[in-house]
Amino acid sequence: MALEVEIERNLADFTLRVEFTATQRPVGILGASGSGKTMTLRAIAGLYTPARGRISLDGRTLFDAATGVQLPSRARRIGLLFQHYALFPHLTVEENIAFGIRKLDAGERSRRISEQIAAMRLAGLDRHYPGELSGGQQQRVALARALAPQPAALLLDEPFSALDTYLRSELERQLHETLAGYRGVTLVVSHNLEEIYRLCEELVVLDRGYVIAQGSREDIFRWPPNRQTAVVTGCKNFSRAQARDTHCVEALDWGCTLHVLREIPRALAHVAIRAHHVHVAPAREITSTQTLGQNTFPCWVAATSEAPFHVTLYLRLHAAPTGPSDYHLQVELTRERWAELQSAPLPWSAQLDPERLFSLPD
Amino acid sequence: MQLDSSPFWISLKTAFASTALVLVLGVAAASWRTGRQSRLWELFDGVLLLPLVLPPTVVGFFLLVLLGRNGPLGSLLWRIGVSLVFSWPATVIAATVVTFPLMYLTACGALDQIDQGMLEAARTLGASEWEVFARIALPLAWPGVLAGTVLSFARSLGEFGATLMLAGNIPGRTETIPVAIYFDMESGDTRQALVWASVVLAVSLAVLVALGAWTRYQRAYLVRDPARTKRGPLGA
Repeated sequence: MALEVEIERNLADFTLRVEFTATQRPVGILGASGSGKTMTLRAIAGLYTPARGRISLDGRTLFDAATGVQLPSRARRIGLLFQHYALFPHLTVEENIAFGIRKLDAGERSRRISEQIAAMRLAGLDRHYPGELSGGQQQRVALARALAPQPAALLLDEPFSALDTYLRSELERQLHETLAGYRGVTLVVSHNLEEIYRLCEELVVLDRGYVIAQGSREDIFRWPPNRQTAVVTGCKNFSRAQARDTHCVEALDWGCTLHVLREIPRALAHVAIRAHHVHVAPAREITSTQTLGQNTFPCWVAATSEAPFHVTLYLRLHAAPTGPSDYHLQVELTRERWAELQSAPLPWSAQLDPERLFSLPD
Repeated sequence: MQLDSSPFWISLKTAFASTALVLVLGVAAASWRTGRQSRLWELFDGVLLLPLVLPPTVVGFFLLVLLGRNGPLGSLLWRIGVSLVFSWPATVIAATVVTFPLMYLTACGALDQIDQGMLEAARTLGASEWEVFARIALPLAWPGVLAGTVLSFARSLGEFGATLMLAGNIPGRTETIPVAIYFDMESGDTRQALVWASVVLAVSLAVLVALGAWTRYQRAYLVRDPARTKRGPLGA
């Protein structure tokens, strides 16, 4: 059970050069928009022809530029869930699901249709047209249609982007269940960090057509190997940096020296820390930096941005800010923590957790 | 007053035959054309659309040159014993050539409107290119194609210039209603001309009203009012 992809093609503004292998565990392809995610899925499904490279699925060659093999989409046995589902509006739910299995005999066909209708909770909707369904129902029909032919690989392109926020978590849970029961290769393309993290154990990070990181989701989120991976995985705070020794760096943009628990690589360009890994506390008496603990600095609030359940603070280290855009760090707090802090006099102290600081080579 | 009804039947026969022909040719050309983009294809379009802007007499003139006994195609046909000029098939050819652009344009428009994702979805679900066309593209383009068919039918019923040039005016064989009107007027038979003119007016109006109603029905249908889940008899 393996999908091996190694493709290359020059595009208008960058070169797509993607190489990865996916097995039984769902693989998430993460990247900013325009990084080549959808293009990669389309190439695997045979809707787009790479200039060079090879794609194979369970030992079958789907595409090989060197030998000229190029299996048409219809022979690839790949199920693709389109971003906007692409349901056939002139066919009923049942006819949509039956489209990919119309060559099976009637008995097997109706067995598979009922199986999908039950699994996707579409009972009673089989004679409806896609236009009569809600967004969530449409997504389930599209998934049922893609799964009915029992494809060797299932590719999901932004599966939740067309849905309202409140529908997402329920459908995500269902999709998680469906994927757990699916015995094939699964690829999920998304730019939503949380969704892709929950659905996929393995991640491939793309940037301008290149694979810049791949591995288990825990590793990629904990230790992004480069700056762009850190950005894509949601890291907000970066500073140019110079190494002092193996565990100490000079953070140039933040104007401080930091201890880093993990050994600093020889090539070092930036240090970074996630917004929820900076610990902010009221500091009663700050006389000098020495009186504060390790990696802890006096800080002032330059601006705040409130969300329903958390607050983002924009903090200036060492001195009072001159304006709302004069800040060093973005810090995320729960609303409760923010309520406790709010009344304390400035400056506060900000600690950059040495365990959570990462050094980036670029 | 004795009215020879043959022009009515000839017109009707010609309109049905040419519409059927133009439906197949127009949709085939349009589906072959969609998805191909280059300057050369614009020239191709230009050639196909010429009959729309040329005076029908000019179209008829070129058809006569092409299909006449000394023409490049006509001389070949003559050799196998077929002479198209001044025969009933000539009325069909003239009407087909003149109405082709209408069908081609509406079919191209209808096919271009289709979400490419649906065609791609069909391909990933194992459909061959023919199945993609027959089961997805054509049904989705059908309202537009039908509108083109109706317009072509109405236009073909009114075809005069090219028909007269290529098929002439042989009563009982090639004399269609528009041609009959012209010759009735020329011979001073205003009353008979009026009868035929009224027939054409009535048929054309009926066709346009029906087309309008159909378009409204289709639009209501595609938006799909949830209160109307049952399909109508025409909901192909």
